[in-house]
Amino acid sequence: MSDKFVQNQYNKTIKNYQPKPNYFLNCLKAFVIGGLICVIGEALTDFYVNVFDFSKKEAVNPTVTTLILASALLTGFGVYDKLGQFAGAGSAVPVTGFANSITSAALEHKSEGLVLGVATNLFKLAGSVIVFGVVAAYVLGIIRYAWQHFF
Amino acid sequence: MDYLWAFLVGGGICIIGQLLLDIAKLTPAHVMSSFVVAGAVLDAFDLYDNLIEFAGAGATVPITSFGHSLLHGAMEQTKEHGFIGIATGIFQLTSAGIASAILFGFLVAVFFKPKG
Repeated sequence: MSDKFVQNQYNKTIKNYQPKPNYFLNCLKAFVIGGLICVIGEALTDFYVNVFDFSKKEAVNPTVTTLILASALLTGFGVYDKLGQFAGAGSAVPVTGFANSITSAALEHKSEGLVLGVATNLFKLAGSVIVFGVVAAYVLGIIRYAWQHFF
Repeated sequence: MDYLWAFLVGGGICIIGQLLLDIAKLTPAHVMSSFVVAGAVLDAFDLYDNLIEFAGAGATVPITSFGHSLLHGAMEQTKEHGFIGIATGIFQLTSAGIASAILFGFLVAVFFKPKG
């Protein structure tokens, strides 16, 4: 028996024992929590536009920064991870999930020290987002730039 | 009305994420990476700006806007510096987000105790 065959059998066998996710309920939770986080973002944007005279476009940066601060603190208090268990993608997809992945990875490795634990593992989960984002944006930027200049 | 569209569009993007998690069995890291790439691709065709115009924070808060901002900053700089602008401008718009995520993440890890 080849290893591949054994692995296939295993994957087939465990399928019957894995809990079947409730697709509709999970989507509903993700929709409501994700939507609410965006509504908070919209309220923050309004706040920065009205109180600090940012333009609607400039207000994105302070809004995102505020959400990241809130998410990092909530992760520190252990609240965000509970929210994540409840909402799934609803808490992972907004930018708060990005901050949560950075903070929780850093906290998790705190016992290994500040340099080798916290600082080294800070981007353990979020690194993939930055790597793929930068590679995609760089390649697309080159294509778009070439497109604009040669056609 | 702005709030309703932010809620519906932001929630809708999260539903796509949830379906990728449940049906395609991707890990959250795979979903987030795909979304960032999707945001950059949408911006390459000038579509993401329309979504932001329409949904406000519903489009700027999900992680897709990170990919959008990366490409947007790069293209902005190419207007001034040409080809080099892609490299110098790529973090132009996202630096606030990344810098604050690093700072707050570090500080929280220093001052809080791990839970659970």
